[in-house]
Amino acid sequence: MNIVACVKQVPDTEAQIKVKPDGSGIDEGGIKWVMNPYDEFGVEEALKMKEKFGGDVTIVCVGPARAMETIRTALAMGADKGIHISDPALENADAYTTASALAAAIKGVPYDVILCGQRAIDDDSGQVGSVLAELLGIPQVTVVTKVDVDGQKVKVVRPIEGAQLVIESALPAVITATKGLNEPRYASLPGIMKAKKKPVDVKDAAALGVSADAKAKVGKFIPPPARPPGKIICADDTPEGKAAEVAKLLREEAKVI
Amino acid sequence: MAKGVWIVAEHRDGALRKVSFELASTARKLADQTGDEVAAVVVGSGVEAMAAELGKYGVDKVFVADNAAFEPYTTDAHAAAVAKAVKDNDPAILLVGASAQGKDLAAALVGKLAAGLATDCTDVKIEDGKLVAVRPMYAGKCFGEVVFNAAPAMASLRPNVFPIVETAKAGAVVKFDAGVDAGALKTKVVEVQKEASGKIDVAEANIIVSGGRGMKGPEGYGILEELAGVLGAAVGASRAAVDAGWRPQSDQVGQTGKVVSPNLYIACGISGAIQHLAGMSSSKYIVAINKDNEAPIFAKADYGVVDDLFKVVPALTTECKKLMA
Repeated sequence: MNIVACVKQVPDTEAQIKVKPDGSGIDEGGIKWVMNPYDEFGVEEALKMKEKFGGDVTIVCVGPARAMETIRTALAMGADKGIHISDPALENADAYTTASALAAAIKGVPYDVILCGQRAIDDDSGQVGSVLAELLGIPQVTVVTKVDVDGQKVKVVRPIEGAQLVIESALPAVITATKGLNEPRYASLPGIMKAKKKPVDVKDAAALGVSADAKAKVGKFIPPPARPPGKIICADDTPEGKAAEVAKLLREEAKVI
Repeated sequence: MAKGVWIVAEHRDGALRKVSFELASTARKLADQTGDEVAAVVVGSGVEAMAAELGKYGVDKVFVADNAAFEPYTTDAHAAAVAKAVKDNDPAILLVGASAQGKDLAAALVGKLAAGLATDCTDVKIEDGKLVAVRPMYAGKCFGEVVFNAAPAMASLRPNVFPIVETAKAGAVVKFDAGVDAGALKTKVVEVQKEASGKIDVAEANIIVSGGRGMKGPEGYGILEELAGVLGAAVGASRAAVDAGWRPQSDQVGQTGKVVSPNLYIACGISGAIQHLAGMSSSKYIVAINKDNEAPIFAKADYGVVDDLFKVVPALTTECKKLMA
């Protein structure tokens, strides 16, 4: 069984995000870059499938030169080879363009399952996996917490508001992973050593025949609105007194209860 | 040329969901600025009667695809149907709910329509006759103003943020054949496991009572459930509490959970890690209850209580009960 896992390099969740003064983007100084946490769930699931059914795991990533580190991390976890789509023209690519590049790269790879994170925690778009499925003309099941492959079918669990859906899909398919699917493994030291020798193909947009014309783009980045300073409730200094004061403020000042 | 403001109306168990009225009201507001009509697409089985209800919230025309193959929702069937209607009619703007189903549908439509989509928007406006969508990025650590170079310009709207406004319009039904062959569909829902009835999802709640490491264990959440019961709120959790196995993943608020903007967020025993603050600081009002007066959560709170939450929360429940009686 051949599996493709798509990954993206993103700022760590603890990163402070500062908008550049001209609003053209974020200031990348001092940011620690990591594999998108949702993609880690995808890579882990890919490795589990490989352990169960055999085959190869190919990592595909769109990102600048630094993203090679994220591909090596996935290879160190146990993936077999990588494709790094690196092109300055793709740096602010929208979901459609990114998915087009992934689709073009993946067309040259045999696959039964494609795993993606349900969204990247930088732009929070949550589109690339779905668009990729459409461009490849295969079914998709998104935001899943359980995956069972059975022959030419896959059964997944997808949580929605107030319920969980059990969905069956034909393969090949794109599956997007969310938290709860698994516990991603850490790369072992021998894994890290081996990863250095695993093959990674580097391709640019022209080689893949992808146009970088965005359908949507962020015209301006804006810092979040500052919250007005709040007040510390003192009242009569007993927990009951403070609780009564908060309840009163919520009712009479904020009018939210 | 592309023209008109469209929405995809979402329904479940035979009724329109609240986000559909938010979409209709917002579409009406945008269409009044561009001088266009508002149309809705409803895909389902036995859904024609929903059209009249959409008319109440400013929808002029309702495109209905009615077929047993559309229940329950699957991405392939619904995306094919909506894409057909869009391709045949060429709207300029398409709004979808940023619910679990809406986000799934919208992303698939981007692929089918070669369009651009701004996900989980908190504001949409018209500038120079075109849609500009405002959305949180990095879980709310910054915002982006999205502009579009393709039609339809698509935006999914975060539930509970956009006001519902009644404007009577015709809601005239236009039936269309989506050309979806049930036999050719590649996915199907084989089971729906419903959670305990009455449970409100944090992504759709008006009020969230949330607990972190300070709850000390899963049993600590009992007092939060009680307060939530009185307030009609959802119970949320920090990443620390979810990673410790105290609460289900679906309750997690923050950068690797759900990003929320309720009217009221009550943070109990949550110190305020940056990834958590990002996920909740667009709440209208924030109450923080924590023993540590230096916890970063207090910088975001409108009302801060420095005290033992195990004493404050039950007292707050009693007070709220009194006030709301």
